[in-house]
Amino acid sequence: MKSAVVVFPGINRERDMARTLRLVSGREPAMLWHADTALPAGTDLVVIPGGFSYGDYLRCGAIAARSPIMPAIHDFAAKGGLVLGVCNGFQILCEAALLPGVLMRNQNLRFICRDVFLRVERSDTPFTRGYNAGQVIRVPVAHGEGNYIADSETIAKLEGEGRVLFRYASPDGLVDPNWNHNGAINGIAGILNERGNVLGMMPHPENHVEGAIGSTAGRGLFAGLVEHLARAA
Amino acid sequence: MKARVTVTLKSGVLDPQGKAIEGALRSLGVSGVASVRQGKIFDIELEGGDKARAEAALKEAADKLLANTVIENYRIEVMG
Repeated sequence: MKSAVVVFPGINRERDMARTLRLVSGREPAMLWHADTALPAGTDLVVIPGGFSYGDYLRCGAIAARSPIMPAIHDFAAKGGLVLGVCNGFQILCEAALLPGVLMRNQNLRFICRDVFLRVERSDTPFTRGYNAGQVIRVPVAHGEGNYIADSETIAKLEGEGRVLFRYASPDGLVDPNWNHNGAINGIAGILNERGNVLGMMPHPENHVEGAIGSTAGRGLFAGLVEHLARAA
Repeated sequence: MKARVTVTLKSGVLDPQGKAIEGALRSLGVSGVASVRQGKIFDIELEGGDKARAEAALKEAADKLLANTVIENYRIEVMG
């Protein structure tokens, strides 16, 4: 798997992401700068990591979504290339209109940094083939703006087309307001684009891939991508 | 030429910050506040004196960057 991690000024999770990609795929990811205008030839996966691009000025992800590297990412996605956005990366993909909806301020107005439980809704996508449908995984979140909203038509479409891949849930997989820390509609933690090749999610699977951390629940996402690409090749 | 772009949340979009401000005003004892919605104001200086051109540029700025039209409305005022 040839991956590329996009670095915007103010991003701070790019090294965690690069470490995970290296550990799981066995290949060093390319690090791209926001001012670059092309992806390395043969890129299989583009990852937009978490952080605070441009200090979250204007709106989270708004300025990064309009930076010089983005047209190349739009082209890559339009050709079916795999794109993963985590946390600020999810916000950037929404602002870039590669995904629908918006991440609003958390309902309780607090920055929330802790582990949460996610229910994996489907296993038949490149991003979730490392899991079973209905499986619950424990991964960390760290965000102030993770409250996913979209108009009711968009939500109905996302739900109807099975494009919600992760939901905040209880350890038993119950989707319930008590386990929805940020107030996202329907407990939405991660969504797919219409074509199924762009995923945005607020939680950080890249931080739970090594036993020393205490959980390897995030590994399935990356291992699944490696397997998907190996089979496609 | 001076102009102002005002960006506000669309009605129906939940505004947790506005709600918090509303609660704070209530706890300060400011009476008669029914609700608060928070928005943004951009004061922009434009080159040249063509009002129509200025309005077109501001509309482009608002659509492309200043507002996220999924959740926000904007209003443009060219003040001359």
